[in-house]
Amino acid sequence: MNRIAETWLDIGAEADIPLRGARVVRAPIGDIAVFKAADGTLFALRDRCPHKGGPLSQGIVHGHAVTCPLHNWVISLETGEAQGADHGCTPKIPLRVENGRVLLDAAAIARLGAPQSDASAA
Amino acid sequence: MAPGRALEKLFELDPGASGGSGTYSVTIFNAEPRVNYDRIMLSPVLSGEKSYEEIVIHGDGWYIRNGVTLYKGVRVTAIDRVAKTVTGTGGITVPYDDLIVATGSVPFILPVPGANLPGVVTYRDLDDVHAMMVAAKAGGRAVVIGGGLLGLEAAAGLQAQGMTVTVLHLMPHLMERQLDPAAGYLLQRELERRGIAVRCQANTQAIEGEGRVSGVRLDDGTLIPADLVVMAVGIRPNAGLAREAGLAVNRGIVVGPDMRSSDPSIFALGECAEAEGQVFGLVAPLYEMANVVAARLSGDETAVFKPAVTATKLKVTGIDLYSAGDFAEAKDREEIVLRDPTAGLYRRLVLRDNRVIGAVMYGDTSDGAWFFDLIRRGTDISGMRQTLIFGQGYQGGQALDPLATVAALPDDAEICGCNGVCKGTIIQKIDELGLTTLDGVRAHTKASASCGSCTGLVENLLRLRLGEGYNPAAVQPMCGCTDLGHDELRRLIRAKRLKSIPAVMQELGWKTSCGCAKCRPALNYYLVCDWPGEYADDQQSRFINERVHANIQKDGTFSVVPRMWGGLTSAKELRAIADVVDKFAIPTVKVTGGQRIDMLGVRKEDLPAVWADLNAAGMISGAAYAKGLRTVKTCVGSDWCRFGTQDSTGLGVRLEKFMWGSWTPAKLKMAVSGCPRNCAEATCKDIGVICVDSGYEIHFAGAAGLDIKGTEILGHAGTEDEAVEIIAALTQLYREQGHYLERIYKWAKRVGIPAIKAAIIEDPARRRALFERFVLSQRYAQVDPWAERVNGREAHEFAAMAELRLPQAAE
Repeated sequence: MNRIAETWLDIGAEADIPLRGARVVRAPIGDIAVFKAADGTLFALRDRCPHKGGPLSQGIVHGHAVTCPLHNWVISLETGEAQGADHGCTPKIPLRVENGRVLLDAAAIARLGAPQSDASAA
Repeated sequence: MAPGRALEKLFELDPGASGGSGTYSVTIFNAEPRVNYDRIMLSPVLSGEKSYEEIVIHGDGWYIRNGVTLYKGVRVTAIDRVAKTVTGTGGITVPYDDLIVATGSVPFILPVPGANLPGVVTYRDLDDVHAMMVAAKAGGRAVVIGGGLLGLEAAAGLQAQGMTVTVLHLMPHLMERQLDPAAGYLLQRELERRGIAVRCQANTQAIEGEGRVSGVRLDDGTLIPADLVVMAVGIRPNAGLAREAGLAVNRGIVVGPDMRSSDPSIFALGECAEAEGQVFGLVAPLYEMANVVAARLSGDETAVFKPAVTATKLKVTGIDLYSAGDFAEAKDREEIVLRDPTAGLYRRLVLRDNRVIGAVMYGDTSDGAWFFDLIRRGTDISGMRQTLIFGQGYQGGQALDPLATVAALPDDAEICGCNGVCKGTIIQKIDELGLTTLDGVRAHTKASASCGSCTGLVENLLRLRLGEGYNPAAVQPMCGCTDLGHDELRRLIRAKRLKSIPAVMQELGWKTSCGCAKCRPALNYYLVCDWPGEYADDQQSRFINERVHANIQKDGTFSVVPRMWGGLTSAKELRAIADVVDKFAIPTVKVTGGQRIDMLGVRKEDLPAVWADLNAAGMISGAAYAKGLRTVKTCVGSDWCRFGTQDSTGLGVRLEKFMWGSWTPAKLKMAVSGCPRNCAEATCKDIGVICVDSGYEIHFAGAAGLDIKGTEILGHAGTEDEAVEIIAALTQLYREQGHYLERIYKWAKRVGIPAIKAAIIEDPARRRALFERFVLSQRYAQVDPWAERVNGREAHEFAAMAELRLPQAAE
């Protein structure tokens, strides 16, 4: 465990993520969504809505939030928490930007483990 | 306008009067080549807030329905009072029993050198507005001579069209006939804040230019450069024709209280008439004249016209200004003034013998109707003198809510000054007809249907009668990011010429930094619709389906539906689909309800390759995901079916090929059936066609989803071309008026089927204009989004940013 605790994974250039948009990072533990808000701030969340597992990376990004494309839940990019009357949380992954490169915290990803799959055949 | 009102009133008073066999056979000569439209709304047309079609009062259908013959663009050249005939240009001669002269007014042209140079226009009719709009297209500088009501509205309109505007006014302050110096100053300050230069006491000496206007020279020697000069220095009654006919003419055509001229079979009406030594330019007294003429024609010998005080409002968005009555200073008068310079608030009441005789308001005009009522009634105000200036809400010690304010108005208090509608009439119609919307009240009483400045009062009357039952869609904010409703928002996007989402949010005071998932797609649609070819579609404000041109499924995969024109396919297309299904291991293939084939379970990264293969076989996106044209379902029609009356398949294919790619407020599904057996189920579609022997019945506003509803019949088309024009015009009207996500049947319910029929069926000119706007929009919309993405557009959408291979943590 300690071996990966200090590891940051380079996933690409900051410029590759569209403003008010998101990109997907494929990982063994499931997809990770990397968002860029209108003000340029970056966030990374597991790409699964706490509601029905919708791909948050496909949603509309507004302020520091994203609306899930499946049933319009609004998820905070800052905390991963569902907003308004809905309850649920999506794990957040620590992220850094260095020299224009985006880095994700490997340990945090590893801690996520595999998603609680609802067994959709791939 | 005034004669239109007189006829409307006449047909209402005497239902037998209209139609071919009625008491009257009516012929109208209109020197302008068009129908009756609302002249007081020319300023919103100039500023871009309304279109000509929206200010038409009587469409062509009205004349047909009422058996009225209208000669458009024919000017009357002579009245023969002995033979009782009128003759128009082109030699048309028509006999009369009763004649109404309503020749209006002509703009006054300053007698200065250069006044007839090209580039000098007046502001009187639609042609003037068009001339100004054309001139404004090139940008540049405009000088408006005249700082009265019309001049200022012209100035604001030209500025909204992108010109740099200077207003020249001879008098020391603006609108001196309606405003006192203090309110004139506040108005000037506001106009200057908006970037309109104002020069008072500016005396025009000459208009300069070689072959075309280049500037205006003042008597102090100043030259103000100008590419366009608008003369708005006043109007005078157009009484030349009447004078030649030997009628008594003073400033205008002299009429008695019965509105008859010196010849008892000739009425004079409107701006050309002079009653009790006065001529009139505001709409309320003109409509009152019209009522008297109508009453007289229907045999009521008691109706008389009595000039009353009038009230004025300036129709410039964002400037609240109201004046009524007489507010000049004189010895026997007192005044009460309220000023708050920082808030830009000003109120002044002029009193004589404890009665209000004049009122001027700037900034907050909500009490206008109440003060106006006090003036008209000559109410003794000594009991409320201390609080009078604060308005009706403060009488009796504490502030009343706005509802109590309208509740307290007497039944005969005038609510709509333009159309002379009082509170009692509105209440009565709300109760009798069960009206629940502002549009309903407008349709049935005309209150708030002209300049719209009494809209707030009318809404409060609705609230008063309906309580919680009144829930105006117009004031339902679009989302939490704004207080504006969809209609207001669409109006402001056009009026302020806002052409990007950040511009809308900045100008209209969005409460969030970049909107939300509700307003962004709506704004994106409105901008796509209103500025074809100019607005750059914002992909990040599109719902995922419209961003990647496929339908997201519950597991995050997508479904892909290519177009099959009118439901027709071929061996080649089917083979290509089969190959794609095999190549990409697509798990499910299904025939849709819209007569095409759906491939479900496609991985997002495979989409461009799937599309490339489908494109190669000649197929394009079926837009099965779009708030836009989806399918046109057809039956086999006269090609194969023994009952088919027309080529329904051919028409369906033609419609789909013409209309694909168009974005609409919500999805748009169509169908064409070849006979009334209706195998294509056209009568539950957004737009449907039923072919019959004599042509095509056009249906719309059906639903077969959350709601089930049969269609309404819009009209009948004799030819395929006509059917296509009607359908495209209907679609365009829906595109322009619909609220985002509002299906066509809900839109129709909101605006009313008769209003839609009036625009599409009864008014060929408006239909044509809508059709042409649709065609223009299609020029930019018909690009296959699949082909664009196969060629690399938005490539980041379809590829993962990175693939991580993590060392798995040891268990």
